[in-house]
Amino acid sequence: MGKLQSSLLNMVLSLGVITIVAALILGGVYVLTNETIAEAERKAQVQAISEVAPEFDNNPLEEQFLYKAHAGTKDSIDIVVYPAKRNGELVGAAVKSVTKNGFGGEIVVMCGFETDGTVRNYKVLKHTETVGLGSKMQEWFRTDKGSQNVIGLNPNRDDVRVKKDGGQVDAITAATISSRAFLEALNDAYKAFVMMQNNREEGERNE
Amino acid sequence: MNKLKFIIESAIKNNPTFVLLLGMCPTLGTTSSAMNGMSMGLATLCVLVCSNVVISMLRNVIPDKVRIPAFIVVIASFVTVLQMVMQAYMPLLYETLGIFIPLIVVNCILLGRAEAFASKNGVIDSLCDGLGVGLGFAVSLTILGALREFLGTGRIFDMVVYDEVYGSLLFVLAPGAFIVLGLLLAIVNNIKAQK
Repeated sequence: MGKLQSSLLNMVLSLGVITIVAALILGGVYVLTNETIAEAERKAQVQAISEVAPEFDNNPLEEQFLYKAHAGTKDSIDIVVYPAKRNGELVGAAVKSVTKNGFGGEIVVMCGFETDGTVRNYKVLKHTETVGLGSKMQEWFRTDKGSQNVIGLNPNRDDVRVKKDGGQVDAITAATISSRAFLEALNDAYKAFVMMQNNREEGERNE
Repeated sequence: MNKLKFIIESAIKNNPTFVLLLGMCPTLGTTSSAMNGMSMGLATLCVLVCSNVVISMLRNVIPDKVRIPAFIVVIASFVTVLQMVMQAYMPLLYETLGIFIPLIVVNCILLGRAEAFASKNGVIDSLCDGLGVGLGFAVSLTILGALREFLGTGRIFDMVVYDEVYGSLLFVLAPGAFIVLGLLLAIVNNIKAQK
């Protein structure tokens, strides 16, 4: 079989057929993987929540509370609070917080709080910080060394900022920007958590 | 046997990283650790084999003047399929490789092999070529990633070899990619010159 001539009809037909077939295949794969992807994402979400929040028996995904931090500015972000309840009683929450001020862009952190706002645990879900510097944050802020551990701190009582900014937390060596961004996300998460609690009380009063 | 020899030969003689110097963007960008380098190499290998096979099957029905857009559609489709499959079944790996998966589309190795080989040769030969070049790419990226990880953080595949404080972070960062690649190229050229 010889090669097709580059006539207009041939070119249109050949490219057209290839594109249509490609589109069909992509559509098919999308339909096939769509649910699995959503399921995998949901699982990862629940996994992260149960890692940081106090033990719960409700479905935090269903009761999530959205908080818009820095609304109207270029730093505007959506923070999601996942309340953790046991027997209907609020025992804390997992808060998915974001910051755009990382050294490499966005940092997404899942922060766990006790009811009084004490940081229980955290998990960095997504970051593009420099490997070997900012990327250490997953371990750094939970290590008991100097004053780098943030677990057990309460943003209400403690100044959870890097020392360079007047706070009390040791920044990651040579990664102040990443540390600052991480703590900013943590503080925003705390704010969102407090907002959620206030809202709930208001809601209860209104009932 | 012949085919196997051909695969190995194209992995070495047509090694995209050290001989052809193609696909430098993912080479420099993803090799901050051995694991990242290897995953990127394997993902590219997958797409390269698939696109080579399909393009060589279609080589007679694609008119010359529209061959580039046709090749790109084929390659982009495979990359998107790979991306969706990875996201569904290997979410962790997908997270680490992030933006580099879509970037496989613009990796010149793929278009290069499509243009230089698959569009002129039969399906089996193109499959072997894809395997060979892809393997060459994956191995090179793994070596580069392992070296950078070793020099930078004292580990290889996350296994500690020496203490991290003695590592030089430079090698994990972008300049280290150029330095290590340059040194490896010098070694490869030296070996070639001696032959």
